[in-house]
Amino acid sequence: MRNAMIIDGKDNVAVAIEPIAKGDTVTYLCGGKDESLTALQDITIYHKLAIRDIAKGEPVVKYGEHIGVAACDIKAGEHVHEHNVGNHREELK
Amino acid sequence: MEFYGYRRPDGRVGVRNKVLILPASVCASDTTRIISQQVVGSVTFNNQQGCSQVGPDQQLTMDVMAGYAANPNIYGTVVVSLGCENCQMDLVVKAIAERTNKPLQQVIIQEAGGTLKAIDKAVRFAKEMVAEASLLQKEKFPISELIVGTECGGSDPTSGLAANVLIGQLSDLMVENGGTSILSETTEFIGAEHILARRAATPEVRDRIFDIVHRYEKALQLVGEEVREGNPSPGNKAGGLTTLEEKSLGCIHKGGHTPVMEVYDYAKQVTPKSGLVVMDTPGNDPSSVAAMVAGGAQVIVFSSGRGTPTGNPIAPVIKITGNRITYANMIDNIDVDASPLIYGGDLKDLGDELMKLVVEVASGKQTKAESLGYTEMAIARVCNYV
Repeated sequence: MRNAMIIDGKDNVAVAIEPIAKGDTVTYLCGGKDESLTALQDITIYHKLAIRDIAKGEPVVKYGEHIGVAACDIKAGEHVHEHNVGNHREELK
Repeated sequence: MEFYGYRRPDGRVGVRNKVLILPASVCASDTTRIISQQVVGSVTFNNQQGCSQVGPDQQLTMDVMAGYAANPNIYGTVVVSLGCENCQMDLVVKAIAERTNKPLQQVIIQEAGGTLKAIDKAVRFAKEMVAEASLLQKEKFPISELIVGTECGGSDPTSGLAANVLIGQLSDLMVENGGTSILSETTEFIGAEHILARRAATPEVRDRIFDIVHRYEKALQLVGEEVREGNPSPGNKAGGLTTLEEKSLGCIHKGGHTPVMEVYDYAKQVTPKSGLVVMDTPGNDPSSVAAMVAGGAQVIVFSSGRGTPTGNPIAPVIKITGNRITYANMIDNIDVDASPLIYGGDLKDLGDELMKLVVEVASGKQTKAESLGYTEMAIARVCNYV
């Protein structure tokens, strides 16, 4: 059963669309086929988890756009939120 | 598609038919509350501004007052002032006259001889106006006459996944039918302004989009504050939104996919049949909604991931959530469940259903906020009182 979703193929985080418990298989649709990984932590419904490893300083990508920067190394399957994401103002003109 | 509305003498079309008891300042606000309580069919609001404001702030207040009186949902207005405030009666009346020629009466508390005499005078004016308004018959109008204001408040990740996406679909339908949709909340363009700017119809509109965002950030920096201090809010974060950029990228979905035709300053009068336009408003819901209603929006569509009861004294507010838990939890406050979009629902079908509801509400169907009597509002400001 799909319990997460991504919005854009460039995203490195997925959104939980069901409550996900540590150890659960996370399944989301990507480019027409299901992809899966294992949740390393409990993920509250509608919160984000990394779908691939994100190194400290790398952008966190949702909607295909930068929403912040990894404040530490984040492993695929980990909860992504304030504790491991920093924000910075990009020059966007 | 057509709705039943009220033709006004200035050519606009209203979806409600109320008399506005307009407080020119905070010092007239309790008086207008008492007056409105005596007149069924009238509305008022708590104006916390109108005096001791710096020029630009007073202008925001004047624009909201004039815009409220001119909003086509209003049949006519009784302006009540104290008498000594900065927003003087003649200034308010002039600002209203620049926007509309609808019925207007004036009561100045200090000149009338205090509370009881002012109330007596204003209640009689208002009762007469309501009686005239009640004789108006509804007529059929095309939905191109509608200006829909879009807003999101108490956002969570479902706002960007479902509710705002659905509002974007509605926005596209409004534009396709020759109407107008307003995208608001400048603070929630931050981090997404480049995406919005790409959709500008002209280079001037593109520059204006960047300008209003940078102007907003600079205004807060003048008092040593950053826009991020309040954004995302604690509720946004509890729901799963991490950064302002993430919130913004979800927020701008409300504008759908059509070109941005114009950028309006706060509470300025929006030209009907304009397509998609942007208005420079705060992320704060009651003051953003107030600006769009002052701009002439007859209906507001409002998404909320966390859920909110909010309404407006003049325009019906249709509330939509993309969060199935919130919909179940706050069903007395939320009109539309957009969560099926996350779980495989069809955007076109859900968009058509929302359009149908907008037409029904425009034709008189009460929203949940209306039936519960919600009328809270605020007026934006940039500076402390003098």
